Amino acid sequence: MLEQIVFASEVFANGLMAGVLYALVALGFVLIYKASGIFNFAQGVMALFAAMTLVGIQNGQIPFAHLINAIFGTHIHHFGWNVPSFAALILTVGVMILLAWAVQKFVFRHLVGQEPIILFMATIGLAYFLEGFADLMWNSEIKTLTFCLPGELCLPQGMNLAIDEAAYNAWGVGFFIDNLDISAAIVAIVLVVALVAFSQYTKQGRAMRAVADDHQAALSVGISLNFIWVLVWSLAGFVALVAGIMWGAKSGVQFSLSLIALKALPVLMLGGFTSIPGAIVGGLIIGVGEKMFEYCFGIGQCFGGIINLGGATENWFAYVLALVFLVFRPQGLFGEKIIERV
Amino acid sequence: MFYREAGDFKTNYAADNQTFPIKIDRKGYYVVLAFAFLVVPFLINDYWANAILLPFLIYSIAAIGLNILVGYCGQVSLGTGGFMAVGAYACYKFMTGFPEINIFFHVLLSGGVTAFVCVMFGLPSLRIKGFYLAVATLAAQFFLVWLFNRVPWFYNYSASGQINAPERTVFGFPVTGPNTEAWAAYLFCLVFLVLSALIARNLTRGMAGRKWMAIRDMDIAAEIIGVNPLKAKISAFAVSGFFVGISGALFFALYLGAVEVGEVFGINKSFLVLFMIIIGGLGSIFGSFAGAAFLVLLPVVLKVVGVDMLGWPTDIVAHLQLVIVGGLIVLFLILEPHGLAQLWRVTKQKLRLWPFPH
Repeated sequence: MLEQIVFASEVFANGLMAGVLYALVALGFVLIYKASGIFNFAQGVMALFAAMTLVGIQNGQIPFAHLINAIFGTHIHHFGWNVPSFAALILTVGVMILLAWAVQKFVFRHLVGQEPIILFMATIGLAYFLEGFADLMWNSEIKTLTFCLPGELCLPQGMNLAIDEAAYNAWGVGFFIDNLDISAAIVAIVLVVALVAFSQYTKQGRAMRAVADDHQAALSVGISLNFIWVLVWSLAGFVALVAGIMWGAKSGVQFSLSLIALKALPVLMLGGFTSIPGAIVGGLIIGVGEKMFEYCFGIGQCFGGIINLGGATENWFAYVLALVFLVFRPQGLFGEKIIERV
Repeated sequence: MFYREAGDFKTNYAADNQTFPIKIDRKGYYVVLAFAFLVVPFLINDYWANAILLPFLIYSIAAIGLNILVGYCGQVSLGTGGFMAVGAYACYKFMTGFPEINIFFHVLLSGGVTAFVCVMFGLPSLRIKGFYLAVATLAAQFFLVWLFNRVPWFYNYSASGQINAPERTVFGFPVTGPNTEAWAAYLFCLVFLVLSALIARNLTRGMAGRKWMAIRDMDIAAEIIGVNPLKAKISAFAVSGFFVGISGALFFALYLGAVEVGEVFGINKSFLVLFMIIIGGLGSIFGSFAGAAFLVLLPVVLKVVGVDMLGWPTDIVAHLQLVIVGGLIVLFLILEPHGLAQLWRVTKQKLRLWPFPH
């Protein structure tokens, strides 16, 4: 019995940790949506792109090496140096800011005033573009991500057993939580606090909120919409980078990283598109919900296993939950009430 | 000079309301139909059928279906892959369950089943709209693929988890299975495409289509002038599901022959069909054809140019394809939100005045 309870609570805790990671991705969505009304489908691919850029810079890969080789018949691949993690991080942030500027300059400036659904489809196109671009730039092999700050403070790799051993010694029953997940949770908390502080107490943050509230009113008091949008996309790029690092350290930097963006969508629908706390709570609910559902009904561990769906319910549980939820509360838990005017 | 409506007099309402009011358009349409039915079957070989013609015909049906939902009724769906899977699996169950009935009816029936499933997942559209709905249809996509993967009844308990199309004949000629001739499969698909396009075109010109467009343009206003949003949205989902189901059934039975659901009908298929109607033109039947042709031809052309002529590795060409498709989507949305169909319309407009544009 004890073993079962411990096991169930372990599933619960792991669900919480997975939820934190979903929430990290969802945060980026909320930032952009609030400031510009764009529902950015490319957020997940941005995380992939950021993580690939980070690894590429760390390992001293030459960008577009494969393409150059194919065109000119050369055989280049690496510069032959390794960049320390922190410097690579700074450089990657620079790349993400550049990306934000380019996206604003070449895409969304030309789409101002279009219907939201057109903007949404444009971000799908952007996602495809960015995915191909990232693969061309850094090639599509699966890469491992090791990230160390100065002073030997390294991000733990996935599958770390420290707590399992400690718990085993205490209760004689294993209790497995990934060290990486704990670091991710801490980073997420720091990030959220920093974002809230930024938007509450700095000039740019306030301007950002003003734009989110009313574009025209913000324009009329002298806030540059272009600057704010680039800023917001850069912030979202930074959040994507953090999410990319966490997911990349967990499961390797590879294409499936961009699919977490899809998982962030139901998180948003639960929490509401406009609320930062909503993104966190939604992420936790989805994370715990899908893990517990899989444990209880997916592989049939609860109620004597009367319901056994044969596993892999994690693929759809989040969406169906969000769908059911939407029917009863379309604006999400913390979202602003949707008012329509003719 | 040659493309004129002058001298083409209409003497009754039926003539005035026909699909192609300009004589040269009408003639062109009949010529294309005759060419597709009477000439292509004699020229076709396996490469052309499998690389270009069959996917083009089948994707065109899917694009028409999705265009009715997204382009005409304004309900964005990302579940096309899942709904195509419903069509494919329904067709498989009918083919193996009732082998004595002609496959023509199996395909129609699987369209019906898909319409029903599509309506079920479309019900939330009454409460939610825009990208909320888009995400809700993702639920359909993932849930349906999971269902067909996990419930053995759908794939008749086969060990591989795949479904394979058994041989079925129409008028004595096999259209599915390994002994199929390219022309037979082509004609079978073509019949379905022509029927779908005719039905879709006439639906969208009539009352149903006008209601859909009213809902798309502004649903509250539409409701005020007396359009029942429940009926309009549900009928759009049903019609769209019917066509998408037919295309899924054909995609499985005639084009691939064997299907592993996660690979074939994944989320990428949903995006592919959505891209077809964005590039081709939202709210246009011709646009569905144009978009399908464009996105079927693009990889073939890229492969011929990149791999065969320039000798690049295939993975680079595949990545380049992503970049080009994504870039084109953005470009079209910025420059020509109504897609290739609008370009075609503008060309025709210019041609009517050519060579004296004033």
